[in-house]
Amino acid sequence: MRIREVFRFAFAGLRANKLRSALTTLGILIGVGAVILLVAVGKGSGAQVQANINKLGTNLLTVSRQAGGFGQRAARNTGTQSSVSALTTADAQALVDPTNAPDVLTSSPVVTASPTATFSGATHQIAQLVGTVPAYFSATNWDLAEGSLITDDDVTGARKVIVIGQTVATDLFGTTMDPVGQRLQINSVPYTVEGVLKAKGSTGLNDADDFAVAPLTTVQDSLTGFGSLNQIVVEAKSASATTAAQDEITSILSARHHLKATASPDFRVLNQQSLLATSDSTTHTFTVLLGAVAAISLVVGGIGITNIMLVTVTERTREIGIRKALGAPRAAILGQFLIEAVLLSLIGGALGVAAGLIGTRFTVAGVKPVIVPASIALAFAVSALIGLFFGSFPANRAAKLHPIQALRHE
Amino acid sequence: MGGTDGADGAGGPQPVIELGDVHKTYGMDGTAVHALRGVSLTVPTGDYVAIMGASGSGKSTMMNIVGCLDVPTSGRYLLDGIEVEHLSDRQLALVRNRKIGFVFQSFNLLPRTSALDNVELPLVYAGVGTAERRRRAKAALELVGLGERLSHKPNELSGGQQQRVAVARALVTAPSLILADEPTGNLDSTSSADVMALFDRLHRAGRTIVLITHEHDIAEHAERAIRLMDGRIVSDERNGARGWLTDRRSAGKHESAGKHESAAKHGSLT
Ligand SMILES: Nc1ncnc2c1ncn2[C@@H]1O[C@H](COP(=O)(O)OP(=O)(O)OP(=O)(O)O)[C@@H](O)[C@H]1O
Ligand SMILES: [Mg+2]
Repeated sequence: MRIREVFRFAFAGLRANKLRSALTTLGILIGVGAVILLVAVGKGSGAQVQANINKLGTNLLTVSRQAGGFGQRAARNTGTQSSVSALTTADAQALVDPTNAPDVLTSSPVVTASPTATFSGATHQIAQLVGTVPAYFSATNWDLAEGSLITDDDVTGARKVIVIGQTVATDLFGTTMDPVGQRLQINSVPYTVEGVLKAKGSTGLNDADDFAVAPLTTVQDSLTGFGSLNQIVVEAKSASATTAAQDEITSILSARHHLKATASPDFRVLNQQSLLATSDSTTHTFTVLLGAVAAISLVVGGIGITNIMLVTVTERTREIGIRKALGAPRAAILGQFLIEAVLLSLIGGALGVAAGLIGTRFTVAGVKPVIVPASIALAFAVSALIGLFFGSFPANRAAKLHPIQALRHE
Repeated sequence: MGGTDGADGAGGPQPVIELGDVHKTYGMDGTAVHALRGVSLTVPTGDYVAIMGASGSGKSTMMNIVGCLDVPTSGRYLLDGIEVEHLSDRQLALVRNRKIGFVFQSFNLLPRTSALDNVELPLVYAGVGTAERRRRAKAALELVGLGERLSHKPNELSGGQQQRVAVARALVTAPSLILADEPTGNLDSTSSADVMALFDRLHRAGRTIVLITHEHDIAEHAERAIRLMDGRIVSDERNGARGWLTDRRSAGKHESAGKHESAAKHGSLT
């Protein structure tokens, strides 16, 4: 008795009931496909969040004002917020300090506004106009598509120049006209377009390209006034230096703002790296949950195998009796039905892998799935084990049948 | 010789079947059915035995025990001198495969499986290689006159042809013992004659044959007739002896014996 023959009998058994075999296979197919696809979607959404954060710059720290416990109370008492929690250009400059802040590469003061831009009849409300210094571009990973960036001279001279994002460019100038060198109006003040930025795409809900940059001094002059900065954008020397840079910024600013050690600070330092870590663990949980749901459907598919194999064994009791009467040992019967079950689940598993891989080529709920090779191996192995596990009960039942009882079975 | 004691009739050194006070009871105390109530029987090698008796007298029960498909409730059963009771499941499978060829009243061929594959089946379980298996199965089917119908499925064959496939399957492993439970029970007289001619040839080739039948003219092919009644053997007669079924047939049988023997030598029975 060779194993090859047992395989032959198992294949013949599956072929004898093609539709039933196909439907049972479908259960496993869906389970395995779902595991691969959903894990890929989970991974894809994680990758997407990560990419969005990367777009903003991985070495990036942002310092913003915070009406914290002490600061808030102090602000209320004095009646002026700026005396306690203003972020100033001097603050920004103080952060570039090779001795006290060795991990800080650049520091850019930022003011923001959301003005209306017009160009020969076309009007566009810019979601974010940033007034800053040249270091800002590299810190936030903005690249130039054409023209030139803002220079230090532009800042010192408070020149009315502007660099615009793709959305602003197409809204005002259309797709055919070259915006560089054109003059547009920002809240009725004329600006010359110096350059156009490369597109970043949307980061979640916001359109990152609905964006423009002008010299800090110009924006303060004509739009925001010379109050507190909205942000200081700090670029650390490397992604791994961000935590050290965060500590350095905190101690420098605390000293400059004369904060007591116990007081909660009137500013907040946001670290992209820690944001990344948080988002990583969130998407990991998300992926595990998706995988678990898919795994349940895989188990349901396995129960389908048990079910169908029990029906098969009952239906073929007489056949089992005949085989036993002709001298089939228990192991041969066990093997035959076990192999049938495992073949069902393996075929289902293989088709499920194919279906899962095809599914991951599509965008699911706005997420581009990212295939996790381990999930393929795991889903396939689990489907084989499911065949073994869920098939062993019916197969064992078949093998244990008493020959004469099996033959008498109607 | 002969008479009621068949045990020392046709002499082999070792009897193929030896039943000693075999009982078989179905069910529990309250509703127990005593199918066999102490059957003792010895069948020597090469014997040709017909088992007769009314319906429900325990013939099939006895046959299933002899064929190792069922186990007695009590009593001894020796097959080729081996105590069957002590065999493991694996060894029993081996015994069923190598020593016994079983023919059933209801054919019991595998459905949706060609005649050739059906006949090959016991050889598969015997571990015979593909080519050898095919050759032997073909020879067996040719022997039963179905050389032209190798690839027919059971539902494409007549009852008589199906039973001949079943006989081919029973003899393909060259077992020492062929058991048949009403092999002609579902067949017309022509098909019955075909099947019985096969058994006669096998007998002449030296096989031990035990068959169950209700019909006298089928039993007459055998050399020995055993009657069961209510789970007991009530008579055990040998061909040509005083109480043999019909005297007129027994003379004719010996005339044609030589012819049959040469036919058997042509077939690859041994
Ligand atoms: N599995 C079983 N459970 C209970 N009783 C059974 C079983 N098999 C057989 N019997 C009983 O045992 C007795 C003998 O049955 P058996 O099949 O041996 O008869 P038989 O001589 O072959 O009859 P027939 O000529 O009709 O085939 C019968 O009374 C039958 O009802
Ligand atoms: Mg019977």
